[in-house]
Amino acid sequence: MSFTYTGASKPSIEDISLGIASGEFVVLTGPSGCGKTTICRCLNGLIPNFYSGDFAGELTVDGMNVKEHTTAELASHVGMVFQNPENQLFSLSVERDVAFGPENLGLSREETRRRVDWALDVTGISHLKDKPPYELSGGQQQRAAIAAVLAMQPKVMILDEPTSFLDPKSALEILQVISELNQKLAITTILVEHRLDIVSTHANRVIVMDNGRVVLDGTPKDVYGEHARLIGIGLPRVTTLFNLLQRDGIQFPQTPIAVDEAADMLRKMLSR
Amino acid sequence: MGIFTAALLFSNIYALIVVFLVQLPIVAASKSWKKWAGSMRAGVLLAVLIFVMNFVFGSTFVFSAAMTLRFVTLMSTFSLFFMTTSPDDLGLALEQTHVPYTLSFTFTTAVRLVPTMALDAQTVIDAQRSRGLELDTGNFMKRIRNYIPILIPLIVSAIRRSIELAEALESRGFGASPNRQPLIVLRMKATDYLVVISTVLMIILAVYVYLYVPLPTLDIPIEMPKIFPWFQLSI
Amino acid sequence: MIETEGLKFAYPGSPEVLRGIDLKITDGEFVAIMGENGAGKTTLVKTFNGLLMPSAGTVRIDGVDTRDSSVAKLSRDVGLVFQNPDHQLFSETVREELAFSLRNFGYEEDTIDRRAASILETLDLARYAESSPFVLSGGERKRVALAAVLVWNPKHIILDEPTIGQDYQQKDRLRNFIIQLNAQGKTVIVITHDVEFVAECKPRIILLSRGLVIGDRSSEDILTDGALLDRASLTRPQIGALMHELKDRGLPERTIDVYSAEQAILRALGRKE
Repeated sequence: MSFTYTGASKPSIEDISLGIASGEFVVLTGPSGCGKTTICRCLNGLIPNFYSGDFAGELTVDGMNVKEHTTAELASHVGMVFQNPENQLFSLSVERDVAFGPENLGLSREETRRRVDWALDVTGISHLKDKPPYELSGGQQQRAAIAAVLAMQPKVMILDEPTSFLDPKSALEILQVISELNQKLAITTILVEHRLDIVSTHANRVIVMDNGRVVLDGTPKDVYGEHARLIGIGLPRVTTLFNLLQRDGIQFPQTPIAVDEAADMLRKMLSR
Repeated sequence: MGIFTAALLFSNIYALIVVFLVQLPIVAASKSWKKWAGSMRAGVLLAVLIFVMNFVFGSTFVFSAAMTLRFVTLMSTFSLFFMTTSPDDLGLALEQTHVPYTLSFTFTTAVRLVPTMALDAQTVIDAQRSRGLELDTGNFMKRIRNYIPILIPLIVSAIRRSIELAEALESRGFGASPNRQPLIVLRMKATDYLVVISTVLMIILAVYVYLYVPLPTLDIPIEMPKIFPWFQLSI
Repeated sequence: MIETEGLKFAYPGSPEVLRGIDLKITDGEFVAIMGENGAGKTTLVKTFNGLLMPSAGTVRIDGVDTRDSSVAKLSRDVGLVFQNPDHQLFSETVREELAFSLRNFGYEEDTIDRRAASILETLDLARYAESSPFVLSGGERKRVALAAVLVWNPKHIILDEPTIGQDYQQKDRLRNFIIQLNAQGKTVIVITHDVEFVAECKPRIILLSRGLVIGDRSSEDILTDGALLDRASLTRPQIGALMHELKDRGLPERTIDVYSAEQAILRALGRKE
């Protein structure tokens, strides 16, 4: 699959051949401008419906060919949560915002009610349902945005740098919520992120892009090596530390991606 | 609505005084005295202008006062309406009266975005002042030009925000189905029926009085001083 | 020098955002102001260039009480780079954008040309000099906004959340650039919640929570204090957390950056082997 935006001199993404299985938790990362957002837009139909350009190749999501369906039709299969919670929530109460999606689908009032209550419950914000979105904290707003997407009961959920505007504690909390949703509801989750230090433990697969192409694809441990460092993505600091130590001649059984792993390995090493 | 119609109907001062007073209990019921008074203050200048224009151009004192009162009443009903109705409810009401969804949505979203844009405007002003822009100096032309660095970022931000919002809406199926069943429904309560009935009655009463009841006229013989004879144009 | 004494601020009709702040930032210092969203960080720096006047207490910039000055005058020495470049950019070309501030401050046209060209070089934006700022990418627009403030060479520079939305390499370059600016003698104040960013350049940290300063010490002190970090909705930097786990093994707990950690571990292992 390749795509060039109208007026662009070169394709944003080229020659992408990927398969993502149902229920996977994929982290999509790469330097700015590598094409991550473009891929997301293709996945939920904003390309080619909202953004015009040259779309080559095929893309099927949940059995539907994106070229043959409108974004609205794909919306109940693929949901997208954007970076800035302020520009996604627009109603005077959280409840109404979450109801927006199901209402658009023309569902019955009872069905909408059921879905809204469920989505609010599963994201832990039922107690905030009557509040206006602008009164919520950043983390709560992102939960509301996720609930709004969940209410459409998609099989796939894409999140485009959802932690950008959040402080570290809220970022950790929202990732916890996303991870639980992925596991409990078996929703295929695609997370676009720069902050690899906090997402690595949740993902079972990391796809690294550079200049419009997929360059690395595997488990975090497979991917976080020298090549990744050269591309310039932000590996978790403990991983960078251990890569440096390995260059200094210290042998480790594997590359850690989180603090507790790293601590365990070092502890064993220091006990010898 | 009833008051609105009645105000437009009458030119007689007594009638207009009555109409104006009828409003006050409604203001009291909505508990928005302060805000109402605020919006009234805003219209004082215009009210004075109307009075002056009428009086100076040859109408009687009483008539001018009546016109001013009519204006004030109209303004008051408008502000009352907007103060007591939330944009969401308004949109919902519009939707329920079968106005096309896209239209009612555009309306309510536009209203909701006003405070957001006001905040944005303040930030832009702050940012440009921090680069040395002074908004309160210079001659008239310069001051107007000084607003370009404020307007352009505002417009650009507004456009960017609209695009982001549009993406989010599309991704949540906006326009997927023509049959929307909104979760929250405006239901007519007893008070609502009361309001509707009283409005209708008021309109009927107003029309009746206008057509059939001779109202006393007030003659306060205050005349425009003859110093301004050249203003005696018939407007 | 930037000093505040008993600084309080509240918007009319709202609760106090700043509830009594005393601080002193000397010329040429490198400071990070951190804290949870809503703690008052942006409000605080807006009192430094006169955009906001204290409701109580004083703010003095280089000895001058801000109440006796104006935004235009204070901005010559205190450059504030806002978080969202779209709130500033409006010109037809990038060079015009830089010229704007200089014209406001009364510089001559030839000086303007020189300074603009120089800053564009430094920030690697020279090729965009004649481009419209609106067609540049997000990261590039952020650099243009930064250039537009640096161009008049203010003594003190404040950056509000410069790392949001930036990728790793951009953050790296930004960090190096900030260190360079500071080395040139400028006071650099960064508002951020990015602990990893801060751990690698170790400024003095002023921790704000709900309108009050709850910590004002070195990075090593603040970023290793778990309780304090939690109050400000921050987390330990990864390296710091690792060292904290292993302090019982003799590793220095106050190490928070990668290279120092590397040295410490090599030493610890060298001792054993």
